Amino acid sequence: MNTAASDKPHINRDHLLPMLADMIRIRRFEEKCAELYTQEKIRGFLHLYIGEEAVAVGIARGLAPEDAVIATYREHGHALARGISMASVMAEMYGKVTGCSRGRGGSMHLFDEKHRFFGGNAIVAGGLPMAVGLALADKMRGLARVTTCFFGEGAVAEGEFHESMNLAALWQLPVLFVCENNLYAMGTALEISESEQHIYLKARSYGIDAHAVDGMNVVDVEAAARTACSAIREGQGPKFLECKTYRFRGHSMFDTQLYRDKEEIERWQKHGPIVLLQEWMQANHMLLENDVAAIEHRVAAEVAEAVDFAESSALESETELDTDVYTPRRSQ
Amino acid sequence: MTQGTEITYREAVRESIREALLGDERVFLLGEDVGRYGGCYAVTKGLLQEFGPERIRDTPLSESGFMGAGVGAALGGMRPIVEIMTVNFSLLALDQIVNNAATIRHMSGGQFSVPLVIRMATGAGRQLAAQHSHSFECWYAHVPGLKVLVPGTIEDARFMLGMALLDPDPVIIFEHVMLYNETGILPNEAQPVPMEQAVVRRPGKDVSLITYGGSLGKVLSAASQLAGEGIEAEVLDLRCLRPLDTAAIVQTVARTHRAVVVDEGWRTGSLAGEISAIIMEQAFWQLDAPVARVCSKEVPIPYPHHLEQAALPQIPQILATVRQVLEHA
Repeated sequence: MNTAASDKPHINRDHLLPMLADMIRIRRFEEKCAELYTQEKIRGFLHLYIGEEAVAVGIARGLAPEDAVIATYREHGHALARGISMASVMAEMYGKVTGCSRGRGGSMHLFDEKHRFFGGNAIVAGGLPMAVGLALADKMRGLARVTTCFFGEGAVAEGEFHESMNLAALWQLPVLFVCENNLYAMGTALEISESEQHIYLKARSYGIDAHAVDGMNVVDVEAAARTACSAIREGQGPKFLECKTYRFRGHSMFDTQLYRDKEEIERWQKHGPIVLLQEWMQANHMLLENDVAAIEHRVAAEVAEAVDFAESSALESETELDTDVYTPRRSQ
Repeated sequence: MTQGTEITYREAVRESIREALLGDERVFLLGEDVGRYGGCYAVTKGLLQEFGPERIRDTPLSESGFMGAGVGAALGGMRPIVEIMTVNFSLLALDQIVNNAATIRHMSGGQFSVPLVIRMATGAGRQLAAQHSHSFECWYAHVPGLKVLVPGTIEDARFMLGMALLDPDPVIIFEHVMLYNETGILPNEAQPVPMEQAVVRRPGKDVSLITYGGSLGKVLSAASQLAGEGIEAEVLDLRCLRPLDTAAIVQTVARTHRAVVVDEGWRTGSLAGEISAIIMEQAFWQLDAPVARVCSKEVPIPYPHHLEQAALPQIPQILATVRQVLEHA
């Protein structure tokens, strides 16, 4: 059992400051991505996680290196929080060969074998059955590992969500399901798409231990993740966290956001995950005067380096186009 | 005469699964009614008792869910065999097969392979009507990242699964429902032919009959009848629909200069169409006559016996088509 991942979190400066830094790091990275998108350096779809950073950062604290992650097409935050280098994620955005998926996947399909990061999956709910399978493999192999599966509340309308809940509960698999409930499936509000809007209750109906968490509060998310992951590692079967959060930007860069008003966004932004933690730390005298400036300085340098790396990296040769459609075979 | 054992196609498939389970502890089978029921076509009967419920894993009716579980388990170091009752049901799992299993290797820049084997029944002939009788092999053969096998003989039923499990990428095996009860001699010294090679089942010089899976028997019968008329038809069993053994297709046409493709799929957008195009592109100057196709009628497969049979490629049609092709001077 990995004790490091199940230690109780400490509410002190040493513990909270790195989490604040991790959230700011994701935020600034994505703001840069948005800028690069308008410059047409990044193309295709770009789904920003801005506003939801506490979920990825909090959950990542519950994971051990040998655990697995499956995420969605809004997965930049998860990739960075998991430890995939910012440079390789940025290069992936650029479609460069140095990207974490050799540039093949782009924003929606970040993969990394070293960190057992099994992708951004761009079919809503499509990652859930795979998470069940990864966890099944671990259970059959007798490995005390956790597979974490992130998905939005839109996924719960899909059959694959329900099939996966049932299988995970039926076979008591070591999966942590993390529903990022940001209230909108693209432009479709939860209240016009779900008869039962308490998502965690759906998981409970399958016999899965499930809880709702304030997804804007990284401390709450972290505590819930550590508790859940420890229990999973002890063989208690699947756990489910509904993290209530909010996306401050549009669904993608094409979104004109006709479906919600500015006041609603502003209301949520006032209680955003970074502001919330920063203000709380300030109020409790855990922030020194230069802390945030130092983080911003460090992050700005890292983002600049990541952009330089992506800019200066090569594109994959067109002659490589069809490599890895199939696994290269050694001579038999 | 070759020494061997007389077994059914069903038993041959079962033996291949048994061998895989005995030989590699990472192998396990999951699917609907594979365990306690013994498999909807009785292929897996007895395996639960021998290997237990962990490795012969009955699933709920969640095709997409357990197919995805197969993909994930393959990514996680296991060697799952996912059984889908029939090809029509596989459409419920299409997302996991096409969007995940087939893409992950390429999309991840070569970081992750999906060593998954999927078995399913296909084809018509049992009066199971329009939601249990179709042949969608062609749909899967369309998708880069997948490999598609169609064992049409007892030997292939016995050995293809083992080869598929050694492959690092997703392989789909289609077992035609009319073959399960077929009986044949499995030679004691049988050597598996590499799974991606087409095989000439009967040599001939006058016309090439190109086919696969459930149509192979009909085509061989037709070839025997033609021999009685002095027509020597060569029968090429494709065995693998993706990748296609293009060289074997071109070679047989180069020998006979005439080709008839027999395919239980619907004609429009069919494998028969793909094979015709390959011949046109790569063996056009070898041809003495246009390529002809015998396919299923373009209707949902109906229930009553006479209509079902009327919808499928039949020996008289194959014979008539061959004669027509041979009329071209």
